[in-house]
Amino acid sequence: MSKLGFTKEHEWVRIDDEIATLGITKYAERQLGDVVYIELPEIGSNFAAGDEAAVIESVKAASELYAPVAGEVVEVNHALENDPAEVNRDPQGDGWFIKLKLAGDAALDGLMDAQAYQSFIREED
Amino acid sequence: MRYLPLTNTDRATMLETVGVRSIKELFAEIPASARLDEPLDGLPTRKSEMEVARVLSRMAASNVTAGDGPFFIGAGAYRHHIPATVDHLIQRSEFLTAYTPYQPELSQGTLQYLFEFQTQIALITGMEVANASMYDGSTGCAEAVLMAGRITKRNKAVLSGGLHAHYRQAVQNVCRFARFDVRALPPSLGAEADITTSIDKETACVLVQTPNVYGAPIDLEPIARAAHDKGALLIAVVTEAVSLGAVRSPGAMGADIVAAEGQSLGVGLNFGGPHLGLFATREAFMRHMPGRLVGETVDRDAKRGYVLTLSTREQHIRRERAKSNICTNSGSCALAFTIHMSLLGEKGFRDLARLNHHNACRLTDRLTAVAGVELMTPVFFNELTIKTPKSGAAVVEALAARGILAGVPVSRLEPQAKAFETLITLATTELNTQDDMEACAQGLDEVLRQ
Amino acid sequence: MNEHAQYVAPNDRPARPAAATFSGNRALDIGEKLIFEVGRASVTGIDIDLPQDMENRLGAFARTDPIGLPGLSEPEAMRHYVRLSRKNYSIDLGLYPLGSCTMKHNPRLNERMARLPGFSDIHPLQPEATVRGALELIETLKHWLKVLTGLPAIAMSPKAGAHGELCGMMAIRAALEARGDNRSAVLVPESAHGTNPSTVSYLGYRVVPVPARDDGTVDPAAIAERLSPHVAAIMLTNPNTCGLFERDALQIADMIHAAGGFFYCDGANFNAIMGHVRPGDLGVDAMHINLHKTFSTPHGGGGPGAGPVALSRALAPFAPVPFVVHDGDGFRLVEHGGDEKSQMPFGRMSAFHGQMGMFVRALAYMMSHGADGLRQAAADAVLNANYIRAGLKNELSLPYADRPCMHEVVFSDAFLKGTGLSTLDFAKAMIDEGFHPMTVYFPLVVHGAMLIEPTESESKAALDQFIATLKHLAQAARKGDKTRFTEAPRHTPVGRLDEAAAARHPVLRWGTNKGRHARRQA
Repeated sequence: MSKLGFTKEHEWVRIDDEIATLGITKYAERQLGDVVYIELPEIGSNFAAGDEAAVIESVKAASELYAPVAGEVVEVNHALENDPAEVNRDPQGDGWFIKLKLAGDAALDGLMDAQAYQSFIREED
Repeated sequence: MRYLPLTNTDRATMLETVGVRSIKELFAEIPASARLDEPLDGLPTRKSEMEVARVLSRMAASNVTAGDGPFFIGAGAYRHHIPATVDHLIQRSEFLTAYTPYQPELSQGTLQYLFEFQTQIALITGMEVANASMYDGSTGCAEAVLMAGRITKRNKAVLSGGLHAHYRQAVQNVCRFARFDVRALPPSLGAEADITTSIDKETACVLVQTPNVYGAPIDLEPIARAAHDKGALLIAVVTEAVSLGAVRSPGAMGADIVAAEGQSLGVGLNFGGPHLGLFATREAFMRHMPGRLVGETVDRDAKRGYVLTLSTREQHIRRERAKSNICTNSGSCALAFTIHMSLLGEKGFRDLARLNHHNACRLTDRLTAVAGVELMTPVFFNELTIKTPKSGAAVVEALAARGILAGVPVSRLEPQAKAFETLITLATTELNTQDDMEACAQGLDEVLRQ
Repeated sequence: MNEHAQYVAPNDRPARPAAATFSGNRALDIGEKLIFEVGRASVTGIDIDLPQDMENRLGAFARTDPIGLPGLSEPEAMRHYVRLSRKNYSIDLGLYPLGSCTMKHNPRLNERMARLPGFSDIHPLQPEATVRGALELIETLKHWLKVLTGLPAIAMSPKAGAHGELCGMMAIRAALEARGDNRSAVLVPESAHGTNPSTVSYLGYRVVPVPARDDGTVDPAAIAERLSPHVAAIMLTNPNTCGLFERDALQIADMIHAAGGFFYCDGANFNAIMGHVRPGDLGVDAMHINLHKTFSTPHGGGGPGAGPVALSRALAPFAPVPFVVHDGDGFRLVEHGGDEKSQMPFGRMSAFHGQMGMFVRALAYMMSHGADGLRQAAADAVLNANYIRAGLKNELSLPYADRPCMHEVVFSDAFLKGTGLSTLDFAKAMIDEGFHPMTVYFPLVVHGAMLIEPTESESKAALDQFIATLKHLAQAARKGDKTRFTEAPRHTPVGRLDEAAAARHPVLRWGTNKGRHARRQA
């Protein structure tokens, strides 16, 4: 049973059992504009919640993808390295960044559900 | 004042439009205790063009210029012929008085010549990509070391003993503040056996100048192999860009980054600045490169054009996460370089380099014929180091008094290296005549006999 | 130019379709290929006479592979670069209101002086006795800078503004280290130039951002909250990047000094206040001076610049080598740490002695103006900016409306709300009107910022024309004449360029483009 959550940094995280898939939201994609480069972590890297996990560069900005939960990188989306525009086309689907194997004590509270995130971005605008 | 278009009538009308009674009101936010109400004491008042020219010409005239007599000084700055076309073109308003090309549609001139410049630099260094220039060779070296640190995620650097002392100090200075561990090998005239043994598993890079500051070309291949074996990078430093027309390129010998000084082409000596930093690397390291980059793209009608690209690495977007804090670089000097290089072309560049080397051979033969003079750099490009029985500084001073600027005493750059006290490094270029060389050799002979 | 003319929407567009020509050129707009496409390896524009008996003793070091350089004959080279030059905007052509960049007139006397062989054709390692005039020039420029800043020492070797920042912050760190004080953080206002936080982290310090208050300046209370014994310095730009004078500068200086830290002032905007206040009297410990902004050395399409740093008494002993000393025997050059007893130089910033060519130009500019003229130049720069502010305040949106600006004025994009147009669109439409756009999207603290700096070099007539044009554009935007903006620029050699494509698959040199151009045309 998968569960979808959102962060204040405009990232989404989908939890399937012990695997968390991370990406940026449509809102973040619109703010960034054309994504031109993605720097992904190496498989096997370990992150604590809040660590910088990837770098996203657009024509006008550069920002970081933070690990919202603790875990070990088990898969990265290599397709983005050759075609970063995938993030613009489908940020919440094929434009995912990395998959983490959740650390035993990973805390999932603090993530917003879809409804809470929608009202959060309405406030941001 | 001739540079100020506003008249007093204009000023009065404009103050009225702004809605203030006097200009003082516009400066009212400056604390009264610090605000100046009169022009500062201790400085002269305005001067006409004629008067300024008179004062500055007097200062200029009290220097001995390189063109005043036989001239053989190099060590990081070289006196070459600058074609008249170069100086004319770089003074065109559209090049000289433009800003950094932030609006590409209004800057295709600057962007295209920088794209051509980047290509020329990649070609002559034997590397894959180059940036749009650095301040100079020495600051480029420091940036290269930090870049190697980012790529290898290590923080130790080894500097060869043939590296120009100023370059070494510039690198050491930045590295000290960046908590980078630098091992500078003792000054050395030629190949250094201990350079490969100084590399270990924590070394980010080894930095080698070729031809080195004493004039000797260095075989980078074994050093590159040793560095790569340990996962370190080889940074090649070139202070005489003309050498690249005759000496094997750093890229061909395995360098990963080239930090060079480009002053030799199109840029004058200028008492040391402005000069021109050249910076090239492998394509794989492109995104780690400091400085501005120009890239090719297309406009809405698929017409080819050029833009500043990968600027998210830079300080104005990345701020505290930028690769480097460099902002302004050496645009106008890069233009001079690329014009000079376009005029030379493959044939001219190679011929220029060959002539420089030929003149160095001639000078060597003439100097080593002087009693007591020993050549310390058996292989050289256009710069060589000799040993005489006397102090190098004293010999150079004595020759200067005779109107001959005969190189740099090594002690000026390496005062700690007592064994090098009697060494002098001399450079030749296409501008040196047989008469210059004869005068230098004769002068040296006389000074050594005294 | 009729300033009061009403905006009239064109009936039909485009008014003048660009008729295709056989050559692809359009009158004075002549296309120019790359040197790699027009040059040939066998052609040269420089005759080099090689002697008959050429020597080559390079042996295995000889370069034998073809390099691949194209050559141009002299007339071809002249055409190539003249054609390229015509694709550039320049201060000599028109108003160049890039905020924070100070695009002022570049007097040609400066160029002539810098080219005197006595300055341009001397080597940095010539014996000292042969370069007395060069040392005198450096000392004279230092004197001017000392008087203008009210600070006792100047480090001359930094190569540009950002390099000067580095130098000043290194001096601060060296001074702290000398007293055994290991501080870790530097306060940087959010409106700062990107070079400030970049310099801070380059030196291993943590950046502590300081927000601006609603009036656009730094709040001493916000500084107080962030001050601690860990703070090494504050980097404050004054006037700041919103074109406002930091009126609490004195109080901020006292606060940082009381906390044991140093006051670094980013001098990028010194042109607004030269001759009106000395930074030394505002408690500044270190400030770089962009000779290419304040003192008119040309920007050259991105350099070279020069960034001497003025230092307070506390920092002066740590200034880097080399430096010139003026004593009883005349001028001396100190090139090595330890050669001068009173000094503890932190090191060396670069090879040789600094940007001599820029020193000559800056000094020629200062001497031409004199103390009175420099003060007038700053006053005119401030007046011109306020005149633009007054002329456009009802058409564009002023974020800081309650006080005059200094040498530059910032507008926000609020006036474009509902038009569907962005600051960038507005800027591109200015290009078609014959103006270089202002600085856009900086400072970051103003939404859709448009930062306008006219400098003292503009006449009232030029300002009136600029103001009138921007008014027309603002009205056109509000009336929904959208394509005027979204299709702009239409009169430039190229239209808006695909920056995303350039960054996704960078082509940084000729000969490596794998057919992007062809693919797009297909």
